[in-house]
Amino acid sequence: MNAEMPLACKPGDYKSAVKPIWCPGCGDYHVLMSFTRAFAQLRLPPEDVVVVSGIGCSSRIPAYTNCYGFHGVHGRSLALAAGLKVTRPELTVVVASGDGDGYSIGGNHFLHACRRNVDMTYVVMDNHIYGMTKGQPSPTTEPEFDTALTPGGTGVRPFHPLVVALASGANFIARCFSGDPNETADVLVEAIKHPGFSFVEILSPCVTFRPDEKAWKDMVRVAPVPATADQGKAARRLMTDDGFNLGILYRGSRKPYRPAVGANNFDLAELEKDFEL
Amino acid sequence: MAAMPSISIAIVGSGGTGALTTGNFLFEAASAVGLQGVFTRTMGPQIRGGEAAALLRFAAEPVESLPDHFDLLIGIDWLNAHRFGAEIKVSPNSLVIGDPRGGDVPPVIAAGGARMIEIPMKELAKGVPEGRPNMVALGIAARLLGFSVEQMFAPVEKRLADKGPAAIESSRAAIKIGYEAAAGLKFEAKLPAPKVSKAKRWLLSGNEASALGAIRGGIRFAAAYPITPATEVLEWLAPALTKVGGTLLQAEDELAAINMIIGASYGGTPSLTATSGPGLSLMIEALGLATAAEVPLVVIDVMRGGPSTGIPTKSEQGDLNIAVYGFHGDAPHLVLAPQSVGDCLFTTQWATYLTEALQAPAIVLSDQYMGQARVAIERPADVAFIGARSVATEIDGAYKRYALAANGVSPMAIPGTRGGQYTADGLTHAENANPTSGAVDHLKQLDKRRDKLDTFNYGDHWATVEGDGELAVVTWGSLTGTAREAIARAADDGIKARLISPRLLSPVQPEKLAAALKGAKRVLVVEQTHGAQFHRYLRAHYDLPAPVKVFSRPGPLPITAGEIYSAIADWRVS
Repeated sequence: MNAEMPLACKPGDYKSAVKPIWCPGCGDYHVLMSFTRAFAQLRLPPEDVVVVSGIGCSSRIPAYTNCYGFHGVHGRSLALAAGLKVTRPELTVVVASGDGDGYSIGGNHFLHACRRNVDMTYVVMDNHIYGMTKGQPSPTTEPEFDTALTPGGTGVRPFHPLVVALASGANFIARCFSGDPNETADVLVEAIKHPGFSFVEILSPCVTFRPDEKAWKDMVRVAPVPATADQGKAARRLMTDDGFNLGILYRGSRKPYRPAVGANNFDLAELEKDFEL
Repeated sequence: MAAMPSISIAIVGSGGTGALTTGNFLFEAASAVGLQGVFTRTMGPQIRGGEAAALLRFAAEPVESLPDHFDLLIGIDWLNAHRFGAEIKVSPNSLVIGDPRGGDVPPVIAAGGARMIEIPMKELAKGVPEGRPNMVALGIAARLLGFSVEQMFAPVEKRLADKGPAAIESSRAAIKIGYEAAAGLKFEAKLPAPKVSKAKRWLLSGNEASALGAIRGGIRFAAAYPITPATEVLEWLAPALTKVGGTLLQAEDELAAINMIIGASYGGTPSLTATSGPGLSLMIEALGLATAAEVPLVVIDVMRGGPSTGIPTKSEQGDLNIAVYGFHGDAPHLVLAPQSVGDCLFTTQWATYLTEALQAPAIVLSDQYMGQARVAIERPADVAFIGARSVATEIDGAYKRYALAANGVSPMAIPGTRGGQYTADGLTHAENANPTSGAVDHLKQLDKRRDKLDTFNYGDHWATVEGDGELAVVTWGSLTGTAREAIARAADDGIKARLISPRLLSPVQPEKLAAALKGAKRVLVVEQTHGAQFHRYLRAHYDLPAPVKVFSRPGPLPITAGEIYSAIADWRVS
């Protein structure tokens, strides 16, 4: 960052001129708003923030910010972000994903990002559907939800991302609702400040393929108890909640991953000594 | 150029006999007197402790390929040695030494017609406290090759230093017993006289050479997913990168590894991963992303037998197609192939330089043979190639990440640079990086990515071109040295042939190959694939003078100079 230049601190300073492709009423507009509010609250210079994503409606978000961004291949955003963050630890890295990108094709990386604990924030905009490909079931879709691809429903038990995150070693686990961008921004601020991997699931309705999700606004509630640091307690709560408790639900204190890096004034000729006869 | 005098030794034994240790000591002793040479190991499928064979060849000149026939084969025992029969060919001029209590000589070896001698290595070893038959074998080999026992002691003492004086003493005693036991044995082959040279000499594998070349070229981040036979690249890099201010991250799979290096490189750090065929297959989608988003990176593919899991421990050149053509869409990128162990250093360093200069991903096609072979060579010459990326620093006004620069390479803003914010994207994008599906921008960016590679001056490094015979032997990769040796043998018969071996496989260099082929009247294509992939690649991109013959066969057995020589000589006769 350039210290002599004025810092951006209004949410609008973090928005780009690119017009989103999202449907009118999409929850992701509010997530974008939460992003820009959180960045402004933290007074982050936009050039020191990188928003990394995969493929899907939600993954379009990087270009809608005025930060650096990477819109990569489907499901691999966490890996790309890990490579970036371990080599550029001074940057703020936020990864944006959806329930298909993050929990289906990217499921393996989710597990390993949780356990690796690189200092970055993972935001999954969960709408329980593949929106960009027009309405196929995702890992969080209810088993009876009828689609053209799965007539009569999948019959398959939905994935429970928060429980998986906890079991995999995530140290900061939160759930938000896109319809409350201020509260979401506050949680994002805490998530970004949290040292290590932070996971924020944002319920973000798909008004086009899941109009029933408009009802979410009446179903969500602030979690009745504050965040716990006790994994056992968190496991029980996450396993038994109905998916609509909001807020920071688990916060541990495991140390973030820090790569071993030596000085960069090392004489490369020293490396040859391994080979000399 | 006359055929090269060399000597070849194979030592085999079942699990625990220490055949590889014997080979290693012999290799170090021969290297110490100034010989050049190659040492490859071949093993059964067991993870630990299976039968093993050490294959060695020495010469005064650089030598990296295995011989047509081994001059000396020592079987510490013959348990499961039949598995190596096809690899360790002996002739009536060879000497085979076995232990009378080591089982029967496998028929496949006996069929070679070599002279057979029995020496009771196990029994002799019992004459020494803690004596081991493999050290007796080392003594035998030393005597036959014309070494003194003392010349064997140095590597043994170095290796066993931490095991204490008793272990060293028992090895020395066993070596002496073997040395005495070989007294008076007739053995015609002679160790070549080493050339006197003041050059520093190195002992290393191609995988290590690649790793060093990567660091010299500027690589400071690697992501790693283990795979045979590429893992040593990553294991060498892990501590080395830390020393030079970089780091290595272990990935959960190859999909993660390639994306990690895209992320690191996007952040401004020259980055690399190493893998083999199955891993390269998984990385292809993201390599397309690196092409579209113009992110520099290096992927070393140490090729093994394929398809699928194939033969992980054996060499083949079958990844040429996927490396050149595997990407979906039109995705110009760099593909390079080292030509020897020492050249793994140069080519990987050059690849690092090129990827950074051109902002296009580079695949380096090494192979199991040169990746895992250890050679004694003169220290490769230093080269000046150090990656230097065109970076946008002072940004006034609207930054265009993918601006249509004259050379196609547009300065890249690195995160942290104020005013340079853009979103790198696999979607077709406009000059300002914003996604578009318009025909004009699509074509402009496709042209840009093609032209930046096509207009770059790759200089003379694009290929090895030697000689001016009317017959052109066109090959690539680790077969380069083998073909060179075959051409030298043919020269002894009065056949003049030239050698052409492209190091730069993509982008193709039609004008340069045409110049290299000028005056050639026929072409022999030599490659190690089942489907003649290299021949088809040449046909697709280059004009070859007729007639063209193809010598192509798959792994796992290495192609020998003798086979290529026969292909050259037989053609003349017909």
